[in-house]
Amino acid sequence: MDLITVSGPPSSGKTSILLRTIEHFKKRGLSVGVVKFDCLFTDDDLYFEKLDIPVKKGLSGSLCPDHYFVSNIEEVVEWGNNKNLDILITESAGLCNRCSPYIKEIKAVCVIDNLSGINTPKKIGPMLKSADIVVITKGDIVSQAEREVFTMKVQSVNPKAIIMHVNGLSGQGAYELSTLIYDKEKHVATLEGEQLRYPMPSALCSYCLGETRIGKKHQVGNVRKIKLGDS
Amino acid sequence: MDKYIKEYTISQLLTEYPFVKDFLEDHLIPYRGKEHLTLDSFFKYLDPEIIEENAINPELFTKSLVEYIDLMKQYFVSDKPKQNSITIYPGTHKNGREEAFDSIHINSGEIIAIVGPTGSGKSRLLADIEWAANNDTPTGRTIHINGRSLEPHERFSSSNKLVAQLSQNMNFVMDMTVEEFLDLHATSRLVKDKEKVIQTIFDKANTLAGEAFTKDTPITELSGGQSRALMIADTAILSTSPIILIDEIENAGIDRKLALDLLVSEDKIVLMSTHDPILALMGDKRIVINNGGIEKIIDSSQEERQILGKLEALDRTLMNLRQQLRYGNKITLKEESNNA
Repeated sequence: MDLITVSGPPSSGKTSILLRTIEHFKKRGLSVGVVKFDCLFTDDDLYFEKLDIPVKKGLSGSLCPDHYFVSNIEEVVEWGNNKNLDILITESAGLCNRCSPYIKEIKAVCVIDNLSGINTPKKIGPMLKSADIVVITKGDIVSQAEREVFTMKVQSVNPKAIIMHVNGLSGQGAYELSTLIYDKEKHVATLEGEQLRYPMPSALCSYCLGETRIGKKHQVGNVRKIKLGDS
Repeated sequence: MDKYIKEYTISQLLTEYPFVKDFLEDHLIPYRGKEHLTLDSFFKYLDPEIIEENAINPELFTKSLVEYIDLMKQYFVSDKPKQNSITIYPGTHKNGREEAFDSIHINSGEIIAIVGPTGSGKSRLLADIEWAANNDTPTGRTIHINGRSLEPHERFSSSNKLVAQLSQNMNFVMDMTVEEFLDLHATSRLVKDKEKVIQTIFDKANTLAGEAFTKDTPITELSGGQSRALMIADTAILSTSPIILIDEIENAGIDRKLALDLLVSEDKIVLMSTHDPILALMGDKRIVINNGGIEKIIDSSQEERQILGKLEALDRTLMNLRQQLRYGNKITLKEESNNA
């Protein structure tokens, strides 16, 4: 079973792109499963179910979603192998733009859209910087020039990545993406002992533990203050 | 190059490759005041807290920098062949029937219309061309560019993208003026003589648009016709893609004949997906798509060209009426009916 991790900002088009891509995998007779990670709510699993493929969802609730992802990925891989999948895809939204769920040696795809603004590639950080393939969506509604400028900005943040333009509505580019992300020679039996590409930020402060009161005396642990200068 | 980049000091890098400055800044590298150091020693003495804070991975950064410099050098190659050609070799229809043609050859400066009902496979043909299919797409077609199939690295390269697209549904979304926008695009394309190029695009766009606009107009405030005119002029002149794909351009507020002439004069191959008889007849050929495959190829006939003349006269009449309305005049058909 090959494992593909897909992430990207909320509403960038991850699910649409995957639905289109999975249709092509199915036409080639490959069995695909999806695990969708989200924070508070998702009903994207219903879309995947319509494709008649095994799907699971994980909601992190009060936990940091990316930390939740890493804590669960080993079990998710085991689930995929038990289902005898050819391809297991995990989909997660990068919610704080600092963490990235990518794992060394595992194909990493970042989905980002043309509407998000030209400074977004710089803001997204490791999730974009260390991806193998960057999929740019919503190109059908912005001008050619904006697409070109946006692509350049992505390229300057991640020059190594293959950049693909895929249309989540018409599916244009999804077939090509399906040929790029799946490696039939690759078999991921377990992730035990594998490593993340980037460390996730250290944060353990009173608020991580459920504190709701505001003020210095309630703050312990890893607390940092904004430099406001003289007021 | 990997080894030797580490021996450069940061200021040497910046002198030799000025675009490295943006790269350093985009990656949040606090290099200012440390320009005399090599990258290696810069990272050695960089505060680990900053490394964590700004999410810097020195090893990955150095590798990316090497790739970036190589990539940017490709953009500088300006003597790319301007004349290009595409050759389409047949594949199959949805039902497996083979397409009945030997090959279709299209040269720079040619305009080809692509016609067929919705869902007939027009997008698939355009995707095959964009991807330079090599018998590895659902249709099994093969596309040659300048007489040969592309190498994998050419297919995935963003600096050599084959197809630029223009369509009805495209809008400007950035918050900037016409001039700032053209400057940004020209800068990203690393063009020499930027001022002149910007002026040329601006002038061309204004000849295409029914209504003139100024350089300090925010691009999001342009009318549909003005936006389309600016997009076409900008794509014709600044985009390096040899093929322009047009998905139905509406009539309102833009001179489509001039627009096509401009694209052709910049040696583009123009592919138009359209059901508009004027646009379709402006093409040299029509590719008819049905049931997922190319059904036939029609050369525009003499008779059709005469019909085009009449249609264009009708079109001008409508344009003039629109102009009269816009400037508050009474509508009159007299002058135009003489011309037609």
